[in-house]
Formats: sequence, C-alpha cells, structure tokens
Amino acid sequence: MSISSEIKAISYYLPDKRLTNDDLYEELGTLQPDEIYKRVGVRERRIRGNGEIGSDLAFKSSQLLFEEHGINKEEIDFLLFCTEGLDYKGPATACIMQDRLGLRNSIGAMDVPMGCAGFTNGLMVAKALIESGQFNNILLQTADIPSSVIHPNDMDLRMLFGDAGASTLISASDHYGIGHFVMGTDGSGSEKLIVRKSNTRTPVDVEWLKEHADVGGMVFGRMEMDGLEVFSFSMREVPQMVNQIIAKNEMDINDIDLFVFHQANAFILKMLARKMKIDPEKVYNCMEYVGNTVSASVPIALAMAKKDGKIKKGDKVLIAAFGIGFSWSGTILRY
Amino acid sequence: MVIEEFIKKLETEFEDVQPGVLNPKTNFREIDDWSSMYALIIIALIDLEYGVTVKGEDLIKIETIQELFDFVKENS
Repeated sequence: MSISSEIKAISYYLPDKRLTNDDLYEELGTLQPDEIYKRVGVRERRIRGNGEIGSDLAFKSSQLLFEEHGINKEEIDFLLFCTEGLDYKGPATACIMQDRLGLRNSIGAMDVPMGCAGFTNGLMVAKALIESGQFNNILLQTADIPSSVIHPNDMDLRMLFGDAGASTLISASDHYGIGHFVMGTDGSGSEKLIVRKSNTRTPVDVEWLKEHADVGGMVFGRMEMDGLEVFSFSMREVPQMVNQIIAKNEMDINDIDLFVFHQANAFILKMLARKMKIDPEKVYNCMEYVGNTVSASVPIALAMAKKDGKIKKGDKVLIAAFGIGFSWSGTILRY
Repeated sequence: MVIEEFIKKLETEFEDVQPGVLNPKTNFREIDDWSSMYALIIIALIDLEYGVTVKGEDLIKIETIQELFDFVKENS
C-alpha cells in the first residue's frame, strides 16, 4: 500500500515590533499612509527585535506548534529549516535547531536555503521523504527577516516586507493530503531579485561598510528588486504553473475551493486572479497586517485561512509560491 | 485593434487619470502622479487584454502611448 502525507499542524510567530504606514510616512515622507495601502495592500508589518534572526522566529514558532497542537516532539524524525538568512555558513542551522528544540539525536536535519518558494519547495521534500517510506513526521520551519537586508530609505521594499517564522508538521497518513507538485526554476532571473554583498561571491568589504556607515553598515547585505521584471515573471509563470498543477492532479479549476498564493503583494494577487479568471473571493489575501514574509508567507496564510473558516474539512486548496531565484512550485492540499 | 480603444482601457485602469487626458502622443511617464505603480498597471493590462508579455526592459525603451500601442500590435 502506498503511503500518503498530510499537513498536520501549522503555527507561526510574529515579532512584537510593528511598523505601520504612519510610521513609514513619518520617517520617509514620500508616500501617504493610504497610498501605501493602495499600492501593496499592507497596513502594518512586524519587524525583528534587536539581534533577533530568522532561526529565533522559527524556534518560537515551533514552541507554539508543540504547545498549540499538543505535539510530542519525540515523534519528529526529520527537521527541515528553510530561510534566506542562515545563522552561519557552517554548521547548518538545522543542526543547531535540533539541539535548541531538544529533538532526538536520531533524526535527519537539513537546511533549505530558499526564499519566496521556500515553503512549497520544502513541502515537496517533506512529501518525498515520507512517501519514499523513510520518515514519518517532518518538522518544516520557514522563517525570514527581510527587514535586515532592506535599506532604511528604500520605501518600495520597506512597505512590502515583514519578518516572521512558521512551523509546519507534515506526517505520514492514510489521507492523501498533499498532491503532486509542479516545480520551476529560471536562474537567468537571479539578478532581478537579489541580496547584494551577502555572501561568498561578493562579501561585505570596507568600502561597502563606509558607504553604508550612516545606516549601520548594511552588514547582512542589501536586497534589490526590479519590481517590473518580478511582476512580469509572476504574470507569465504563475498562471502556467496553476494550470500544470491542476492537470497533474487530474482536477478542474472549478474543483479548487481556495487559492493560497505566496503573499507577494496585493496587486499581484489581484492581477493573477483576473488573468486566470478566478473569483477574487477564492484568492486568499492576508497581507494587511503581516506584509510579504518571504518563506513564511504560505504557511501563515494557510493557518489564517483555517482560522477564518475559509478552509474547511474536505476542501481542496491550491498552493503556489514564486519569487527569488527565480524559483516556483506548488501543489494541491486536500483538507 | 484601434488606438482609441487602447487609450480608453488605459484610462479605466489608471484610477487617478480623467478620461480624455491621454492621447497617442502622451509620454506616459509625464502623466501627473506617475509612479512605478502605473508601469505595473500597463504590464498587467497588456497581458490581460492582449495576451502580450511586456518585460521591464521593453517598457524602459517605450515613451509614448503610440509606441506602446505599436509594441502591442507587433507582438500580439
């Protein structure tokens, strides 16, 4: 008998500090608060505390996962830690996290350094680990702190992104909860959304630190986004991916109860719905008080949609994420 | 496909632009309150209405509504 897998539980953690549109207007004075909302659909985002990094948010989200869902952490036999901001070049953050969470030593632990499509990419790995009959309970952590690589004067990015961590438990099941995946990659778009001066290829140097001395040095690097190219890529690839996901899972677009896309920005979500002729009510949007939280965006949206009653038992939910890389992936979840 | 229709569609999408303001010679970057948002709207509109993908690098070279219309016609 073949083994299936399903998402058992999701919890997420948002840092305490809130950055409102009023705050941004007061600080930068370029766009009025309501204009910011009109452009990206965000009123407020959360920002990491001093010294707080992605794995701290992931850790707290996992503590919440264990508490809120009564999960016995002894049962976890694989840990996937997904982020664009690892603790170190070595060791893997997943190894540190195994110890920090007090998980067994007899588990696998690996990093998945992916961004916007990190959750769906990680979920595909989790499904493969389970359905190949090798593991039973996978903890997938997705956490990012985009605020750490955004220049304080960069309104386009500051109004969009927020920091967050999420933890998802994926388990072996009789219920066919996670469908076939479609994945895509186009590395020729790597320069369109990139964190400059962030690692081995172009390390931070004295000149960079001097240039950014007034804003603390931008020591983690600086995110640059060509908004037009990223938008054009999304409009081109996402509808194709959605059609492929539906075909691969032998369904019809009308079978889908809810579409949960990467919460890139509200304008993209709206335009994707229009292009695919999907009822906008069926395209979930929870950006208003969290913004675009990179790899944490899809699990946060799934958790919120379930809480809102937008996802009920028996529903078929198409998830699709896309962005930095370019990398994109998605599947259909059966609740 | 006629340019008048194309202009009408642009005016509908640009919420803050009054009907009758745009003409084929209008340099769309000189529209009052022009912002990067308008560029996204142009890309979206052309994709949705004409099935043509305009890349950011294409849009940079285009200045007037006539040139934009010609680009759409050539690529549709």
